[in-house]
Order: sequence, then C-alpha cells, then structure tokens
Amino acid sequence: MIRKLFVGAAASALFGLLAWSLYHLPAHPAGLTVQAHAALPRSGVSHPVTAVLLNYRGYDTLLEIAVLLLAVVGVWSLRAMPAGGPEARGAPILGALLRLIVPSLLLVGGYMLWIGAFAPGGAFQGGALLGGALVLLLLGGLGGALLRHIGLLRVALSAGLLVFIAVGALSMAVTGTLLQYPEGLAGTLILVIESAAMVSIGLTLGAMFHGGRPVRAEGAGDDE
Amino acid sequence: MIEHLFDVLLALLITWLGWRAVTDRDSLRAVVTFIALGLMLALTWLRLRAPDLALAEAAVGAGLTGALLLVSLKRRQSRPEGNPIEPGKEES
Repeated sequence: MIRKLFVGAAASALFGLLAWSLYHLPAHPAGLTVQAHAALPRSGVSHPVTAVLLNYRGYDTLLEIAVLLLAVVGVWSLRAMPAGGPEARGAPILGALLRLIVPSLLLVGGYMLWIGAFAPGGAFQGGALLGGALVLLLLGGLGGALLRHIGLLRVALSAGLLVFIAVGALSMAVTGTLLQYPEGLAGTLILVIESAAMVSIGLTLGAMFHGGRPVRAEGAGDDE
Repeated sequence: MIEHLFDVLLALLITWLGWRAVTDRDSLRAVVTFIALGLMLALTWLRLRAPDLALAEAAVGAGLTGALLLVSLKRRQSRPEGNPIEPGKEES
C-alpha cells in the first residue's frame, strides 16, 4: 500500500514536471533550424531530416545501426532456432498472396530509400518494409531458406555498419574529420550508406522475428 | 475547430489505449491494443507534421513490434517447457 502510494506520487510528480516544462517551452524555438536549412544545399540531400540523420548527425545514426546489430547478436546468443524445416511450410493461399505482396514490398522499400533524399523516407523506413516482407515470408514458410545461408546472412547483417564505418574512415582520410564527407560527394556517399543500412535493417528485423540463431533443420536440405 | 476536436480525441484515445495495453489481463488483447496504440501514435506524428517519424512508427512501432510480440506470445503458449528464458513470476 505504502509502495503503491509512493509510486503514484512519483509518477504524478514526474507528470507534473513534464507538463510544466512542456507548458513553458517557447512557442517559436530558436533551435538550429536556420543553420540546418542554410547548410542544406551542401549536405548532398534536399530533405532536412535525411540531412540531419546522415550528414549533420551521422555519428548518432552510425551508433544506432551498431545497436541494431548488437540486438541481433543478443537474440542469437539466447538460443538456436531451426530455419526452413518441414514444419515451417505455410498454407498454399498464403504462398500465392506472398508472391504478389513481397515483390511490391521490395519495390516500395527501394522507393523509400531513393525518395529519402528529397522527401520523407529513407533507410529506416525502407528497411522496415524489407523487414515486413521477411516477416511475411517467414510466416508463409518461405523465409527459412533465406536465413539458412548463415555466412551470407552475417555479412548482410553487418554490411550497414561496416559500410558506414568504411565511409567514415575514408572521409576522415580525405577531409580529416570523421564523417565529414568530401565536398560534392555527400549525396553519393549518403546513398551508399543508406543502401547498405537498409538491407541490414530489414534483415535485422526479420532475424529478430525468427527469434534465434538460424540453424539447419532436419530434412531441410532437399530444396537447395 | 474540427482539427482541434480530432487532436483532443486522438490524445484521449492514446491515453486510453496505453492504459489498456498495460493493464489488460488478456495478453493477446493487450498486444492488439498496443498495435492500435502504435497506429494512433503514427497519426499523432503526422499531425505534428513529422511524416518521417509517422512512417517509422507505423512500420516499426506498430507493425514489426506487434509481430514480434505476437510471435513471442504464441511461442510462450505453445511450448512453455521448451523456453530457455526463465519466465518471471509476474507472467503467471
């Protein structure tokens, strides 16, 4: 009873504090909006959110992608999970539906990646769509065969982080500052990073849904 | 006017959905409530003119997290003895 009262009082105090600080926020925050917009032509992309994520604050995004990779490592260290076994076969209607949905998801994911330079979108949104496609494939019993190529899967999962670090190291060698892209190359480099990151993010989400380190299931070798 | 009404309704709905997602005794219903909450949050980001976040919230927050929660629910129910992670006491 005392503990409940204490938790209630603490939660109310936190809520009050948040409400108070929210109420006292300036109506027109100064922030860095002006500087961010002023530097946009030199950032390589024309969408401010992508410019912040991949250029101004690229280091944050680099760490975020590292966190995603760590999450997969964590899930894989918990247990092994058979991939593509005979029990994973889905219903035929689901399979027919997947043949329609999965290609369009891949297409829209690629579009998301490309449009991220000019409008809302980008690697995370595109990667989420890839992840959704992979979840559907796993539900339909078709994704296990994909996850079974464990060496390739590891490469693809870490590709986002590796490419990001490689670009960071290269740009550091050229300009002297980590992730300070060379003038004129920023757009290309951002697209390269985002493409690798999208694949890694999509596979990360799919691998999480699979729920364990994929291992070869018994009787799964017939469809190689 | 109508926009303000929409915003107020959205805020109330999110509070209620959040409350239900946390307190519901039926785990499956709580997960479905959570997915609905994610979609409403995506709408909120859209209203706050942050379409990037709305896209990410709808895809990751509602879609994939919902799928992850559903599959963990299913696995916990279908073979409780094969679960290598010891379920806590509060999960009874």
